[in-house]
Amino acid sequence: MLGGFTLLLLFQLAGEVLAKALALPVPGPVIGMALMLAFLILRGGVPAALDGAAHGLLAHLSILFVPGGVGVMLYLPQLRAEWLPIAGSLLLSTLLTLVTTALLLRFLMRHWGKKP
Amino acid sequence: MSGRLGHLWVYLAASPLLWLTLTLAAYQAAHALAARLNFHPLANPVLLSIIALVAVLRLSGTPYAVYFDGAQFVHFLLGPATVALAIPLYQHWDRLRRMWLPLGLSLVVGSATAALSAFGIARLLGASRDVALSTAPKSATMPIAMGIAEKIGGIPSLTAVFVVLTGILGAMLGKGLLDRLGCRDDAIKGFAIGLTSHGIGTARAFQISNLAGAFSGLAMGLNGLMTAVLVPFLRGWMTA
Repeated sequence: MLGGFTLLLLFQLAGEVLAKALALPVPGPVIGMALMLAFLILRGGVPAALDGAAHGLLAHLSILFVPGGVGVMLYLPQLRAEWLPIAGSLLLSTLLTLVTTALLLRFLMRHWGKKP
Repeated sequence: MSGRLGHLWVYLAASPLLWLTLTLAAYQAAHALAARLNFHPLANPVLLSIIALVAVLRLSGTPYAVYFDGAQFVHFLLGPATVALAIPLYQHWDRLRRMWLPLGLSLVVGSATAALSAFGIARLLGASRDVALSTAPKSATMPIAMGIAEKIGGIPSLTAVFVVLTGILGAMLGKGLLDRLGCRDDAIKGFAIGLTSHGIGTARAFQISNLAGAFSGLAMGLNGLMTAVLVPFLRGWMTA
């Protein structure tokens, strides 16, 4: 578990360093994810300690957004002033994105996804 | 409050321990409540815990900065958790590899839809330019979205709020909507939910199935990349 967590941090660190050094537009943790995926493919399996640490983090992924979300309290006046465009934009855009992505992916998979 | 209690409060309120503990406790209580309600879409644990914590902070007159001093330990874990998404991805790698073309095309279209529709609808309904720009990266995961907002002239901390709200909306509405559209494939459901509503949606997708969770995590990672590339590029159209 501890070894697994260390491994996750090491890959995040590598991702951050790469992102900064190459001035990539992508944040470090995402580069770290790509590096980790490449590592697992090359290695051909997930070390048990890593599996444990990852499972622990992913099982409660949504709590990690709570501290940032509480930041809503700083913007209550602004949100109140523009509540209609904000609510409309977030709600409609969320529905539109869900529907567009799912229907397009389903359509494409029926036509190209069946290839071996 | 009596003198001794007052002292205790002053001490605790300034230490990271109290706010860290309260964050974990609020989330667990919200999660238990959601479980009792059979994970009804309206009983979203993130939404419930944010409401509870904002209420406590306002009633106790605690500034957000003091709260975040403690809660940052939870916030920090977003980084390693993003890296950890490589594990479910690897476990479904074969299926992913076979589907790269449909997935890639849906990613580009979905990502552009998320950013342009958010900005466009906000502007149409009369949002100020800064606020509308801050909505554009809302479907990307939080650290990415905040970085993009800064780059394109939005307000990063306002974007953080939009990210969370979008995540909650996608988690609440995604499964029901996609079921109604007749989507039976958990891979498709997961991909659409993760692309739209990042980690909060992914947490919800893991409740549907491991496959849905893996594809949701994939979509979250890919859309983080895509939004980071696409939104600064689309920025020119947004101000025109």
